Amino acid sequence: MTEKVKVKMTVNGRGYEREVEPRMLLVDFIRNELGLTGTHVGCEHGVCGTCTILFDGQPVRSCLIFAPQANGHDIQTVEGLGTIDKLHPIQEAFWEAHGAQCGFCTPGMMMSVVPFLAENKHPTDDEIREVVSGNLCRCTGYQHIINAVRLAAEKMAEGEQPVQEVSREN
Amino acid sequence: MKPASFDYYAPTTIAEALDVLAEVGYGGKVLAGGQSLVPAMNFRMALPSALIDLNSIPELDYIKPAGDGGVLIGAMTRDTRVEFDPLVAKAAPMVKETMPHVAHPQIRNRGTFGGLHAHADPTAQIPAVTWALGARMLVRGKEGERWVDASEFYMGPFAPAIEPNELLVEVALPPMPEKSGSSFKQVARQHGAQGLVGAASMVVLDDTGRCKEARLVLTSVGETVLLAVNASQMLVGEVPSAELIAAAAEAAATQDIDPGSDIHCTAEYRRHLTRVLSRQSLTLAFERAAGRGG
Repeated sequence: MTEKVKVKMTVNGRGYEREVEPRMLLVDFIRNELGLTGTHVGCEHGVCGTCTILFDGQPVRSCLIFAPQANGHDIQTVEGLGTIDKLHPIQEAFWEAHGAQCGFCTPGMMMSVVPFLAENKHPTDDEIREVVSGNLCRCTGYQHIINAVRLAAEKMAEGEQPVQEVSREN
Repeated sequence: MKPASFDYYAPTTIAEALDVLAEVGYGGKVLAGGQSLVPAMNFRMALPSALIDLNSIPELDYIKPAGDGGVLIGAMTRDTRVEFDPLVAKAAPMVKETMPHVAHPQIRNRGTFGGLHAHADPTAQIPAVTWALGARMLVRGKEGERWVDASEFYMGPFAPAIEPNELLVEVALPPMPEKSGSSFKQVARQHGAQGLVGAASMVVLDDTGRCKEARLVLTSVGETVLLAVNASQMLVGEVPSAELIAAAAEAAATQDIDPGSDIHCTAEYRRHLTRVLSRQSLTLAFERAAGRGG
């Protein structure tokens, strides 16, 4: 067995330190070591995109990075977007536009569009399709996802504060 | 679907990386962006005993102008940075044009320009493009460094001309000559997927409008990306015309390649695509060459 290495990183603004085998994938580190199970594991070879996270602000596959490679880096996962009481506009939009069907691809879809929407206030549908083209949805709910991203862009352009209108109990 | 154990090294300088490479020997593997290596490790098709991770070596991450007007790209420069770099767009527009064909934005955010070349994938688009443009690779070992022309870099499938104790440190792209044009065309089953065939063309015209230089480089039709030798040669010295381009495309499809059939498509279909894509790519390259300063 290989020697464990010490890994320190920031995830959603909070510092973490663990000792892991170098072969541990970043997605497994996030889920199993940190308990942040919002990031999903799908194909484990970089095709499906559900494990997409932000690595120093840019969307990447966390199944194609070893945990020690994130040492000293800034990671954002879907948990960092919003809270139950105060959803991020992207989360609100996915909810309202039915952008999540079974929900498995949703965290990757949302993380893929975070920096894109920060830079593109009024994206075209073609641009939206391009930015989520690396994320598979096997419910094939793509049109709703496109609608959700467009709605998210509108919400963010309006500078709308995330508002929680539907009770969690419903 | 989990990689086997390995010893992990994260050197912070090229010199240190070369020391580690010498120390770990043949079982060691260099990790660049990992967008091809890590899937292979997850499937346990690749079982390196040691990984030398280059991601902590800042001196390998750069794009800078070359003295000849071309551009020098450090091996660990992310593909996304190359895609949107103004120097690259000016010196090597075909690289910018082709980059959106390379998988997806999330992959290009992590994948590296050096890795695209060092992986020596016969289906990879960018190695075909940079070969057509006349790229050279700078390979460094403990004894010193050497330049390898793109035409001599691809030894076999996934076998670049890099010794186990060497590193690819830079890709140098020459400037586009006067009256030159380039174009990349590809057919893939879906956007971002591996191409069934790709064709990269680079042509230069002389003052009389004759072709004085031509390179047509193809993907996915052999053990490496390859120069369509006959097609490229028959263009030189001629005035480009639809007939000439069609003849060159025919030569590419029938004389220059010996494609195989696989799960993706038949050899016959690859020849058909080679004919069509070579014609499209050469036609656009000649149009661009005629438009440039013409």
